[in-house]
Amino acid sequence: MNDKITIHYVVPADDFTRAGEASSSVKSKLKLMGVKPEIVRKVAIAMYEGEINMVIHAAGGTIDVTITPEDIAIILKDHGPGIADIDQAMQAGFSTAPDNIRDLGFGAGMGLPNMKKYTDELRIESKLGVGTTVKMKVNVV
Amino acid sequence: MTIKDIKEILGAKLILGEEWIDREVHTACGSDMMSDVLAFMKDQSVLLTGLCNLQVIRTAEMMDVVCIVFVRGKMPDAAMIQMAKEREIALISTGHRMFSACGMLYEKGLRGGASYR
Repeated sequence: MNDKITIHYVVPADDFTRAGEASSSVKSKLKLMGVKPEIVRKVAIAMYEGEINMVIHAAGGTIDVTITPEDIAIILKDHGPGIADIDQAMQAGFSTAPDNIRDLGFGAGMGLPNMKKYTDELRIESKLGVGTTVKMKVNVV
Repeated sequence: MTIKDIKEILGAKLILGEEWIDREVHTACGSDMMSDVLAFMKDQSVLLTGLCNLQVIRTAEMMDVVCIVFVRGKMPDAAMIQMAKEREIALISTGHRMFSACGMLYEKGLRGGASYR
């Protein structure tokens, strides 16, 4: 694993059954590359939470994953409604997800706290009416 | 405890995973909220849930869960079974409710894998 590898994903809008396909693909790739299981799991969970968020809140978006020997960087970009108060959104239990999403097992307000928990770096840039970009990094070493 | 033990303790139906039935499981987590499940991280876990959709299988995949127990008689559909098969996740269905199913497994020595800080 000497080279830098970049992968681009398009997350489709409003298709809850397909949410997680990109994360699943990254997980199997990292496994095949021989990345340590605990690192693979951290990346998979953080990215999956982000991917689910995109489908729930933002009608999809794009995900760019960059894998280097030092770290795995994940950039999730959407053109959704944006986050009004990022500090509030980071609080465990805070959610703006509609009830039908809760019926599907999500919307407990744990997405962003989980993303923070499982990554070494998390940065959120958001503008109301423009969209949200989430940058995460998981250290490999 | 093995997947086979879980099936027997719960008097449950094995929907998928005859070939993985001897796999060891060490911890379990019971929840209908997948976001909560994702807040826990432990190896070799079992997921007990009353939720029955594709995201249950995806969540299990991300968490390296080896066996999903559907409580309250929930039955996964063909798409869920196919996805679980590709990821080697055993599927079990029991008529017991969540509280009872968790209690029966706990009584036999299976413990929770809570690790949320």
